[in-house]
Amino acid sequence: MLKILKYSFADLARSRWSYVYFGFYLLLGFVLLFLNNDLSKAVITLMNVIVVLTPMIGTIFGIMYFYSAREFTELLLSQPIKRRDIFLGQYLGIALSLSLSLVVGLGIPFIIYGVAQSSEIWDFALLLLVGAFLTFIFVALSVNISLRNENKVKGFGYAILLWLFMAVIYDGLFLISLIMFDDYPLDKFTLFASMFNPIDLSRILVLLKLDISALLGYTGALFQNFFGNGSGMIISLLVLTLWAILPIGLLIRTAKRKDF
Amino acid sequence: MIRIENLYKRFGRLQVLEGVNFQIEEQGVVAVLGPNGSGKTTILKTILGMVLPQEGEIYFDNQPVLNNWDYRNRIGYMPQIARFPDNLTVRELIEMIKNIRDVDANEHALIERFGLESSMDKKLGQLSGGTKQKVNIVLTFMFDSPLLILDEPTAGLDPVSLIRLKALIQEEKEKGKTFLITTHIMSLVEELSDQIVFLLEGQIFFQGSVQELKDQTGQKNLEHSIAKILESDA
Repeated sequence: MLKILKYSFADLARSRWSYVYFGFYLLLGFVLLFLNNDLSKAVITLMNVIVVLTPMIGTIFGIMYFYSAREFTELLLSQPIKRRDIFLGQYLGIALSLSLSLVVGLGIPFIIYGVAQSSEIWDFALLLLVGAFLTFIFVALSVNISLRNENKVKGFGYAILLWLFMAVIYDGLFLISLIMFDDYPLDKFTLFASMFNPIDLSRILVLLKLDISALLGYTGALFQNFFGNGSGMIISLLVLTLWAILPIGLLIRTAKRKDF
Repeated sequence: MIRIENLYKRFGRLQVLEGVNFQIEEQGVVAVLGPNGSGKTTILKTILGMVLPQEGEIYFDNQPVLNNWDYRNRIGYMPQIARFPDNLTVRELIEMIKNIRDVDANEHALIERFGLESSMDKKLGQLSGGTKQKVNIVLTFMFDSPLLILDEPTAGLDPVSLIRLKALIQEEKEKGKTFLITTHIMSLVEELSDQIVFLLEGQIFFQGSVQELKDQTGQKNLEHSIAKILESDA
């Protein structure tokens, strides 16, 4: 599996888009830190960018890579390697290279600015961790979509729809349901529902860490009330881990049963 | 060497293989023929474990193939369309496959033979279809595999490379290797193959030598024999 990972990583590390992505974070980091000069504001802006952008890029890269590597995957399948190793290797290659673009792209301006010496270092570390989590989750989801859809246009459509749903529509539906069922106690439902969207969950996690109650919103405040800051973070991290593991498991299962 | 027992494969509602049975014992070139959509590629891919059958079993050197993977160490496969990751160079791709197999390979002789030296450091995305097919040939033939599966090997090759490929197949055959080849080019079949497996409507319609097929259909030439089978079927 490591061999496959190494090569798909090397393949992506030389793709122009990896550098565009890397450059974007580099620029964003510098602009936010050096033009803004307010660390906590920078963290919040970065969070808003990361929770929307990493899932989108993860989704698009995941689906495009697997579709374009289709024939290459066939070549690998005819070699003496287990299916699981091929797909896990390719998946990790994409997820790791995207995560690396994020971590290094934002890490360089952080270090130059001197974040490492400041008290906010853990906020930044958590941001990067959440970004990496979202990358792993959405790459896994989109790879699942690509494995289940031979038709590229359809697959691409589903993937974008998934992202749009998680990033935008979910919140809208959520709000509407809260307004419509205003008269009922919705705490449990809300808690439950936020677990089903990794983007929401990441946002709550970062805001709990930042401890800015004004920005927590309804779900975040509930989380805080229900679990407290510390265990709220642990629980959301655990659920995020589940969000990463389940699609990866499904991906391997689907790959094992698929005809190529 | 290969034994296929009662193989059934359905893609959705489309039944492709309906109880295929055949056995290849001796070395030499076996041409898998049949009209478009008769399941030639599907059979080759089930042998490789890329397509999973609904029913049936395949044995390679008396070992069951399904849910196994290490037997592929002894098979070289050349797919119909050669497409590789665009950002890798030819050299890196060859190194990668060598790395996966972890056995000796004689790629240099093949690279020279097909005139790929000047393309070695080019990225695969920049190569033409024919050149990619040559890379495909190198990848397939560089290991000393006892079984070679070639799916439409001549697609996109120029006449010079085609002659070289045919010579290469001849040489390897004389070394005692077994080939499974699908092709629509009948001259290639007549030139190379020792045995024909003819697929029709998901079953083996005929297995035997080129001469036997001609005798059975009463035709002088292979192309006409095949046409005759297809016409009488329709």
